[in-house]
Amino acid sequence: MINFSGVFKRYPGGRDALSDINWHLPDGEMVFLIGHSGAGKSTFLKLITAIERPTRGQLVINNTNITKLPRFRVPYLRRDIGVIFQDHQLLYDRTVFDNVALPLIIAGHDHREVARRVRPALDKVGLLSKEKLLPVTLSGGEQQRVGIARAVVNKPALLLADEPTGNLDPDLSREIMNLFAEFNRVGVTVLVATHDVALIETLKQPVIVLKEGRLIYDGLRPEEFLPNKPAMTV
Amino acid sequence: MSTRITHKAARPDVRTRLMTYGIHHLRDFISSLGRLVATPASSIMTITVIAIALALPTGFFLLLQNLQQLSGRWDGAARISVYLQTSATQQQIDNLSQTFSQRSDVLDVEVITQAEALESFKTASGFGDALTALPENPLPATLVVTPTDTASEAVTQLDNMLRAFSQQPLVDSAKLDLEWVKRLYSIISLVERGITIIAMMLAAAVILTIGNTIRLDIQNRQTEIRVQKLIGATNAFVRRPFLYTGLWYGLIGGVLSWLLLLVATGFIQGPTQRLIGLYNSQFELTTLNLQVTGWLMLAAITLGLLGSWLAVGKHLQHIEPGH
Repeated sequence: MINFSGVFKRYPGGRDALSDINWHLPDGEMVFLIGHSGAGKSTFLKLITAIERPTRGQLVINNTNITKLPRFRVPYLRRDIGVIFQDHQLLYDRTVFDNVALPLIIAGHDHREVARRVRPALDKVGLLSKEKLLPVTLSGGEQQRVGIARAVVNKPALLLADEPTGNLDPDLSREIMNLFAEFNRVGVTVLVATHDVALIETLKQPVIVLKEGRLIYDGLRPEEFLPNKPAMTV
Repeated sequence: MSTRITHKAARPDVRTRLMTYGIHHLRDFISSLGRLVATPASSIMTITVIAIALALPTGFFLLLQNLQQLSGRWDGAARISVYLQTSATQQQIDNLSQTFSQRSDVLDVEVITQAEALESFKTASGFGDALTALPENPLPATLVVTPTDTASEAVTQLDNMLRAFSQQPLVDSAKLDLEWVKRLYSIISLVERGITIIAMMLAAAVILTIGNTIRLDIQNRQTEIRVQKLIGATNAFVRRPFLYTGLWYGLIGGVLSWLLLLVATGFIQGPTQRLIGLYNSQFELTTLNLQVTGWLMLAAITLGLLGSWLAVGKHLQHIEPGH
């Protein structure tokens, strides 16, 4: 699904945000990406969504080589990736329904199909009764779930989440993570960037660790990076 | 990679996409109008500016059309008035008229006798009573000569005729009525140029007004644009509502300018009709007819689209997710 080979990313100004990343994420896996802020997590995700391009190396997403992808093809790549943000990135002048419907409208589905898909997605995140509300009337956890419904409504093969539980309390965070695990169980490849080490431990999923732009760990139980203290960050 | 199966999100078929493409256009068309209505104060101000900028050159154009029509009616009406001495007898006048008529460059000669001149002066000027007080008729008999060729290239020929007529013993003076027509023509062509320049400047003003309004609109909706691009919106998708906004500004501005012109022409209708009546003319006033309205609307919509296209082209490119 995701294949980094010898990927470097250097921003104008000279700093290497990512150095020599070699990593493969097979289809149907669920992996956590952890690292300090500034370790390159955001750049890592930005490369996958083609917001940034690698300076060097090859990056293949869903059998599409991002390195050579012309700009006009980028939107079509993004339609196959569901993205969830820490700050939700919802449109606050539209209802919950319209927010979730946006990817379908962009992809060109007719309105019946849109309704037919939005409702199950909202049902899945438990917000079916709030489809007519504006996002501001919802709590933080609910807003995040609207974001998740929007990310999965088009049934993407790959789900990316950037600090999805950053602003949520532990119970809500667990709920959100369980949702991701559920999507993963039905075949969606999931990559979650997070600080929340305690949660990762309970889910027992593989972890990759970034430090100063380098991939320093790729494995199942990185004890040395995950000290047994709740909510501690690496 | 072990498998070469590409995972694509569920995608509608071509027919559905074409149909929904049309629906998208319709939706953007309507929702961009909705956005204008949602911010009435600023929309009305922008639209009024556009309307005034469109109404001014159109109004000038109408004025010019009427002037041209007015001068056109006198086009080719160059006549030489040959004023005879008051001592000329009717026999002498008839003979001279005969002589002039035989010239190849003369199309027609009309004789206005002293009595006829007095009569028409009385009715036209209203000074009839004053004239009756005079011991004798002061007005000369006149031969009105219509030349064969009155085109502007024939000016020298007309001048020669004029000189020839003036040298006739019975003739007091001969006058060519062409000068004012020529002057009017050059004034009109000057005014025409002036109006073209004003129209171009105001068209630029419309483009800039709409462009600037759309630019602000784009700035206000940056977040929305970023989110849309992030979840796979093409540039065309993001661009469309702004182009429709520009179209609406142009269209509504055009309609409002039409209404302004309607009120303005209505306002000057009365005095104009009276003026025409005074000249006893069959003059047909050019008003906001279908043709003028059509051109006005076409120009309004084109300028609206052009303005928004420029703003969108300049500002939308720079709004990318993650920046």
